[in-house]
Amino acid sequence: MSFLHRLKHALVILVALVAASVASIAQTTDEAFKRLAADSYSDTSRAIEMLVASAHPNAAQIVEALGDGRLLAGPSDVVVKTTAGGFVDARTGQALGAAPDGLKPVRLNNAVRRAVQAALGGLGLLNPDPAKRIAAAEAVFKSRDAGLLPVVEAAIGRETDPPALKALRQAQAAILIARPDAQPLDRLAAVEVLYERGDQDALATLRALPGDATPALREAQAKAIAAIEGRLRLWAIVQNLWYGLSLGSVLLLAAIGLAITFGVMGVINMAHGEMVMLGAYTTFVVQELIRANAPGLFDWSLAIALPAAFIVAGAVGIAIERGVIRFLYGRPLETLLATWGISLILQQAVRTAFGPTNREVGAPAFMSGAFELGGLAITYNRLWIIVFAALVFAALLAILKLTPMGLQMRAVTQNRRMASAMGIRTGRIDALTFGLGSGVAGLAGVALSQIDNVSPNLGQSYIIDSFMVVVFGGVGNLWGTLVGAMTLGVANKLLEPYAGAVLGKIALLVCIILFIQKRPRGLFALKGRAVEA
Amino acid sequence: MIARFLLQNMDRRAGIFLAILLALAVLVPAANLLLPASSPFHVPTSTLALWGKYLCYALLAVSLDLVWGYCGILSLGHGAFFALGGYAMGLYLMRQIGTRGVYGNPVLPDFMVFLNWQELPWYWWGFSSFPFAMLMVLLVPGLLAFVFGWFAFRSRVTGVYLSIITQALTYALLLAFFRNDMGFGGNNGLTDFKDILGFNVQAQATRAALFSMTCVMLAAGFLIARGIVVSKLGKVVIAVRDAESRTRFLGYRVDRFKLFVFTVSACMAGVAGALYVPQVGIINPSEFAPANSIETVIWVAVGGRGTLVGAALGAVVVNGAKTMFTSGFMAPYWLFALGGLFVVVTLFLPKGILGTAEALWRRRRKPETMPAAEPAPAE
Repeated sequence: MSFLHRLKHALVILVALVAASVASIAQTTDEAFKRLAADSYSDTSRAIEMLVASAHPNAAQIVEALGDGRLLAGPSDVVVKTTAGGFVDARTGQALGAAPDGLKPVRLNNAVRRAVQAALGGLGLLNPDPAKRIAAAEAVFKSRDAGLLPVVEAAIGRETDPPALKALRQAQAAILIARPDAQPLDRLAAVEVLYERGDQDALATLRALPGDATPALREAQAKAIAAIEGRLRLWAIVQNLWYGLSLGSVLLLAAIGLAITFGVMGVINMAHGEMVMLGAYTTFVVQELIRANAPGLFDWSLAIALPAAFIVAGAVGIAIERGVIRFLYGRPLETLLATWGISLILQQAVRTAFGPTNREVGAPAFMSGAFELGGLAITYNRLWIIVFAALVFAALLAILKLTPMGLQMRAVTQNRRMASAMGIRTGRIDALTFGLGSGVAGLAGVALSQIDNVSPNLGQSYIIDSFMVVVFGGVGNLWGTLVGAMTLGVANKLLEPYAGAVLGKIALLVCIILFIQKRPRGLFALKGRAVEA
Repeated sequence: MIARFLLQNMDRRAGIFLAILLALAVLVPAANLLLPASSPFHVPTSTLALWGKYLCYALLAVSLDLVWGYCGILSLGHGAFFALGGYAMGLYLMRQIGTRGVYGNPVLPDFMVFLNWQELPWYWWGFSSFPFAMLMVLLVPGLLAFVFGWFAFRSRVTGVYLSIITQALTYALLLAFFRNDMGFGGNNGLTDFKDILGFNVQAQATRAALFSMTCVMLAAGFLIARGIVVSKLGKVVIAVRDAESRTRFLGYRVDRFKLFVFTVSACMAGVAGALYVPQVGIINPSEFAPANSIETVIWVAVGGRGTLVGAALGAVVVNGAKTMFTSGFMAPYWLFALGGLFVVVTLFLPKGILGTAEALWRRRRKPETMPAAEPAPAE
């Protein structure tokens, strides 16, 4: 019944489209408005069809309002109540101060709602805005509503915009392929169109081929499905690689500061994760200040938060080094314990100051949204984090290779006593290194605040992974950290579809534990007699 | 011979410690069971359970002190051995529930019925027998430590690297035991125990007996650890701690000494876990959390690394403080206190309470002799 019903709607719309240019618009709308006021469901349905047929400029708005129960009708006037609460005259589209007396909302039942849906679909296909037309065509594609075929075909005839035309043709193909009465050649062509679209929806449409299909059509369908599945599998791998790259860059950001301090000072900083957390909270505070004082600057909040986070985390890092770690010089295991204690204190301090719950850190406009690249969905925040990680990596590389401080840091990494004998103030280098490593962790915190919950436990969730990166990549060489982070990130995401998230991670941890047996000093170990203490 | 091994070179400190443990093992249960509740010397059952827990922790601390204090291996994964021992005991206790579970299934524990499992997984077989379960309490942590240590010590993973991968080990186990598919109760762990060896776990007398057992096991663990460290073997182990390369050059197979001590210590930690579970009434994956293992390290550090008695003392002191702190209005500040403890102890009390007290005592007794300079541990 529903099929015939919809076909009727569609035919009326189609006939009306042709008629509209001839018939007087005003006449049809008048008739439609009269029927709306009649307060009978069948009249209302009829009125919707007439409205669509009239090609009245406000038709879409009126039908939509009707669907939401926001349409008020009376003997003389029909008024749309806007979503904002104002009133608009349906005929002229002019705003009214108040609703005229004697109006009643137009009531709906399921039949009327169906009519509204069909009308909106049809109206969308003829919308002046190409983006709306594409959206409407997508909706038709997904619903495969055979009743809309004539409208779709009419729309194809009028379409000039290539992307919209493509979407309409796909919608047409989706309907045609399931129609037993369509031309066999048309249905074969439809398979071809769907194959070119080649996503999950196309696959679902192809699979829904009814049993009446000819052998030739079946064959084409099977071939198209196989081809699409192969292509989707490939894209899935590429997508996982992308996720892995994204995870790897997050790990790189979190671990690179750790690698520097571990390389230069030989101590593991268990409070490193808390430096990341401090960076994230700095972002939160900066955003709150901006919201309160200068809302216009919000899109710049991350740019402002970056130096702030670097300074906050770096200063805390230097304070830790000067206050605690330098007294434990030469006792790396004790340093590990002391920094663990500091991490507990910092966590509790943040919990006391900001509360134990997650804090909301907003995303500036350029960080939100996503775009598609082939079969790849890429969100802007992940993309920017990868770019940011690359920039931080390059900057650190430049500091280590090109500045006097970097030279001294490398000298201390290779042979502390010899460096000291050459006149390098190792104590100062230790403090600066620790500050730099912590500052970089603060930068990582700014980036992580965009993709993770900002809570006092933020640092804890990354610290073990960061250790793994450092242990795997080896110390004293930033490239080792890069390779370690990317390997772990990509391996993690490629294992996930097969083993599940948890099991994949366990497998990776076991692999690293085994790897350490083979290369106790990591992938890129420093060579030389100084290393073996 | 065994007695000679355990009791060699008995000194006053060890004697006092053993005497205290013996007294606790007899007097506390007696004060709980025999004295009326009105008596000033009556020990309430809740206190008994609490102290039983502390003493389990003390045994764990002694086992960690054996590897860290005497062999220089800072294990950040000892909680894993503790929890594995606990799970072995938990499996036994689960099998004792029988048909008294919510679903009344004679073979499957409740959570398996709930997950629609049809039969008992093979690794649960045999756990209805107490001797088998006790064997597993020793064997499972011991075997894991042996395999892990075999790989780690043979390829000379030392210092910070070793600490980090022991932490990775317990973290991996944490993730694994959180999975329902593992068949160990997932997130909720094992709980709702009824009987141990036919006695009701909740009963006052059973609790008292478990407390006595814990004291005895702590004493036994202490004697074994002490036996090891004062023997000739112990001398080599200490040499490994202080100068690993030099010991190797002298011709000792450093990795075998480390492996032996590490495995013994893991078994001891397993026993501690097995005693812990019936007294606390639950074992769940959070026992594997890396933070727990690091806390164990701080007990040892507070009490005095390399003293054994100090480790036990530290476990009781820190956990006593934790109970006091977290039950009152100070609860939000416990982490400040614990974190501060880590920093203060490593900075100002590197020998812990016991080591520092001993140094003070010695200085007062013999002010003329300077204490021998300790060699810097080569980590």
